[in-house]
Amino acid sequence: MADAARDPIRVGLFVTCLVDLFRPSVGFAAVKLLEDAGCRVFVPSQTCCGQPAYNSGDRATTKDLARQLMAAFEDCDYVVAPSGSCAGMLAKHYRELFAGEPEMAGKAQRFSEKCHELVSFLVDVLGVEKVDAHFNGAVAYHDSCSGLRELGVARQPRRLLASVAGLQLVEMKTPDVCCGFGGTFAVKYGELSDAIVARKTADIVATGAPTLLAGDVGCLMNMAGKLLREGKPVAARHVAEVLAGMTDEPPIGQPKPETKA
Amino acid sequence: MSAAAPTSSHFKDNVHEALRNAPLQKALGHVRANFIERRAEAVRRLPEFERLRDSARDIKDHTLAHLDLYLEAYEGKLGELGGQLHYALTAKDAVDVVLSLCRERGAKSVTKGKSMISEEIGLNDALESAGIEAIETDLGEYIIQLRGEAPSHIIAPAVHVNGEEVAEEFRRAHLHLPAGRDLSEPVQLLAEARGVLRDKFLNADVGITGANFLVAETGTSIIVTNEGNGDLTQILPKVHIVIASLDKIVPTLEDAAQILRVLARSATGQDMSVYTTLSSGPRRPTDPDGPEEYHVVLLDNGRSLMLGGEFEDMLRCIRCGACMNHCPVYHAVGGHAYGWVYPGPMGAVLTPTLIGVAEGGQLPNASTFCGRCEEVCPVRIPLPKMMRHWREREFERHLSPATLRYGLAFWAFFAKRPTLYRFASDIAMRALSLVGRNKGRFAALPLAGAWTRYRDFPAPQGATFQSRWRAKSGRVK
Repeated sequence: MADAARDPIRVGLFVTCLVDLFRPSVGFAAVKLLEDAGCRVFVPSQTCCGQPAYNSGDRATTKDLARQLMAAFEDCDYVVAPSGSCAGMLAKHYRELFAGEPEMAGKAQRFSEKCHELVSFLVDVLGVEKVDAHFNGAVAYHDSCSGLRELGVARQPRRLLASVAGLQLVEMKTPDVCCGFGGTFAVKYGELSDAIVARKTADIVATGAPTLLAGDVGCLMNMAGKLLREGKPVAARHVAEVLAGMTDEPPIGQPKPETKA
Repeated sequence: MSAAAPTSSHFKDNVHEALRNAPLQKALGHVRANFIERRAEAVRRLPEFERLRDSARDIKDHTLAHLDLYLEAYEGKLGELGGQLHYALTAKDAVDVVLSLCRERGAKSVTKGKSMISEEIGLNDALESAGIEAIETDLGEYIIQLRGEAPSHIIAPAVHVNGEEVAEEFRRAHLHLPAGRDLSEPVQLLAEARGVLRDKFLNADVGITGANFLVAETGTSIIVTNEGNGDLTQILPKVHIVIASLDKIVPTLEDAAQILRVLARSATGQDMSVYTTLSSGPRRPTDPDGPEEYHVVLLDNGRSLMLGGEFEDMLRCIRCGACMNHCPVYHAVGGHAYGWVYPGPMGAVLTPTLIGVAEGGQLPNASTFCGRCEEVCPVRIPLPKMMRHWREREFERHLSPATLRYGLAFWAFFAKRPTLYRFASDIAMRALSLVGRNKGRFAALPLAGAWTRYRDFPAPQGATFQSRWRAKSGRVK
């Protein structure tokens, strides 16, 4: 492990599929936050952590992807993901995945110990107490389930958001209740997922905050998609964009101003 | 009415109906509004609650690891007390034991305390078919019996029914009472049920209860209730039959007391249930009251096959209902949508073991894995993990839907080839972004109908992160 005093901490950014494909700006916000905190950021060639396969019961594919990912990030001191769900997969489930294969289990155990969700990594590991960012207005923050319950991500984003100039956090009635995304659940049980997210968007709208933040793009695409369908004027963003002060890109699901009809 | 043919394989249809059932949706508001806050408050009042959960888990694990010894000890003690144990390997065996006990004694009327095992084995239907009147004495169970329904919750069987619906049902059933009576307050409904049930208690030939615990050390069965109906059910008739599954065994009274400290708190947020009733065999000569006969029907119904396997942890369940009280899926559709006896996360794990994964396999799939159930489970059952085990079994046996299997295989092909993935995804996202750039989202999208029927699909920003990063830094690492 690198000595922080001599050598910058080598952080491998596991950007996650959804950020890679749909919202690269979150990846760049993560890079900025990590570099501002003194890390050297690497982006190994990567695809997916395997969670969709894992939660669909396909252990063989999951193991292939887990081995691939662990090899890709082998040289890093830490592996950080801007997602509680994907970080939870790396930090908690890889160990379970290889239970019964002593050699791989040990490897997965050591690997899992260096995996973290972005915001909790900044606060809990790097000791970041505030960010240098500005955001005008009220925001509601949704606690994504995996981050909250598998990794204990709750106070860390709130702590850093409190340091953002001009930002006011308005809590939902139940910020810790699932948005109904659940990965493939959202399409396998679309109607049920819709009923759950409708309750969530009602809670979001009731805060009166014009902006919704969360730490997982999956949940955000679900909530933003529902808010847009309902015609509710709430802008959804990943919390890293606000913490990094990188909010030039339009919110999730909204067009760039110059291309507006 | 109980354990009718399962409809778990029609879960999606059940969901569709439940979401359109206005009275149900109104009643479900009660679950969200009450159970969660009450449990949280009870936990706040007891600083050692988390340690008690560990202790409850450990007691159950220890018992399951030595279940043969404790069952033997229990049987021995029960015999010393003058009680009789009847092993029932299957649901049918259990029903047959109860029926023959009732028939041999010429029983015409049976009162019943609340029991999920009774639902699991379909006891009420069997009794009725045998010409024996079965009367549920728990208020909630009584209400759903009048309505011809199964329970929708393991501790609050009529939680899906609103007060005005109960009043309507009572007017229909209690024709001997004045038609114009006031039934607008819960307390009036309670008083009426109590009055009607009083005669039934006094005239019953046999009383049947479940058990929250069977204590190996003393041969005692324990039930907890809030209405005291359990006491009248088991004390007044000449015969008391306890029906319980073998996972209800605990070693000692001390162990039962320890688990009781997490049971009611997790269930209703009470420190203790109002009545905790211990029964140790039939009436002794010096007892002022009690049944002349005391029988225990111990049901296996597949549970012993769970021992030592990946679903063993499920046998720790103490049936508090906290998992369903905190479940977003249960909140949305209620218990009947699960299509069989046990709803919510515990039902999603248990149902496939009891009725088969082909019939019950939808249930462990219908979870977002939000983890709230595991977070509140008083015996720390890893419910999402067990639901995942079911998905694995389905996948291994090729029972998962073809669309899911092909979709996964297609995705996995790319995900296992990082270079190909990077090129292909970059091209795809650029194209998708171009198409969606005017609105920033899609109201409809080929192959994504299951998403866009309900929600817009946000358009990607353009080139992928990896492609931009490489362009920026000129390298991968």
